[in-house]
Amino acid sequence: MKVLSLNFITCAAKACKSSSASYPLHPKDAELVQDDIEVNPEMLINVLPRLDWAALRTTSAEIGFPQLPEQPPTQEELQADEKMLQDLHHLLLETQISEGKLVCGNCGHEYAVKEGIANFLLPSHLV
Amino acid sequence: MLPTPDTSHVPYERVYEPSEDSFLLLDTLSSEPERRFLHREFARAAPPPLVVEVGTGSGVVVAFVHAHARTIFGTRRVLAAGVDVNAHACRATAGTVAKAQAHHGQTHGVFLGSCVGDLAAPWRDGSIDVLVFNPPYVPTPDMPSRPEGFPDDPSPTQKPSFDDDSYLLALSYAGGMDGMETTDRLIGSLPQILSPRGCAYILLCAQNKPEDVKRRVRGFGPQWRALTVGSSGKTAGWEKLQVVRMWRDAVS
Repeated sequence: MKVLSLNFITCAAKACKSSSASYPLHPKDAELVQDDIEVNPEMLINVLPRLDWAALRTTSAEIGFPQLPEQPPTQEELQADEKMLQDLHHLLLETQISEGKLVCGNCGHEYAVKEGIANFLLPSHLV
Repeated sequence: MLPTPDTSHVPYERVYEPSEDSFLLLDTLSSEPERRFLHREFARAAPPPLVVEVGTGSGVVVAFVHAHARTIFGTRRVLAAGVDVNAHACRATAGTVAKAQAHHGQTHGVFLGSCVGDLAAPWRDGSIDVLVFNPPYVPTPDMPSRPEGFPDDPSPTQKPSFDDDSYLLALSYAGGMDGMETTDRLIGSLPQILSPRGCAYILLCAQNKPEDVKRRVRGFGPQWRALTVGSSGKTAGWEKLQVVRMWRDAVS
């Protein structure tokens, strides 16, 4: 799963949905793979407004990427900043979590990731 | 006609094989009126839509939408993802998407990945813009029950037993009462999971009582709409299968 996915995903337990601690899920023992994809500036500039930047900063730091700035760039700033475009492209679209766990900060449940596929099925006591 | 993704690698003994219902979804999503609707909603400068297929099976539908993003949405800025309760289906989907993407290098969108889960449970509320669901819609006396010893985390190398395979295939078609037990759960969650501009394409069969389903969705509120946008297999004036689009009309 691409790192961008983590911006849209939260704990699958109903009771966690209302807790801010359940988002974003925290990667643990994450093995990363990198794809080589041609950068599409237009795509990144467009996706920017729908990103939860604070969550992305957390995810980025937790998988060992350099700290993102506290505030997201504006679309104009991103368009003019080739390095920022490259960095975001690499983080969001080229990087995948292939193995490891995703941990909910609220209930503590650990979702396994195997071969790039996370398993969000809950044990019966959490449903 | 846009080409159908290649699913020749999919293990059909434990993953649903593309069938008339899958093809009806492909035809509907790429039909002239639906393309017009999706272009109008998503082709402009607005942020890229997140398309989630629930219950991907082989992945033929999500791979089709992803590979032909430019034709269907009028833009390649489309994020697609899949979820299935069957881990083998998720692996199959990754393969189907990879092949379709390689065949359509100039028109595909961005595929985020496939995950194992129950319906749309892993997604944040209000995040899904286009949800596609080919549900287990066949009326059955009971919902499939999990065989004893069914692995929580089926490993790709360990060969599943015959019982495990039967269970996985039953999950792909058996819908319980009126064939609606699973679909009803998903429909009940639409107001939470769809974004304000979001829509859902859900396939129904005649026994699912599609008119009742549409009435239920319209009952969510005055802005809710439900419209049959694709159908096939007419018998005695009844559509055997249909695709219903459910969405909120922009409040003007």
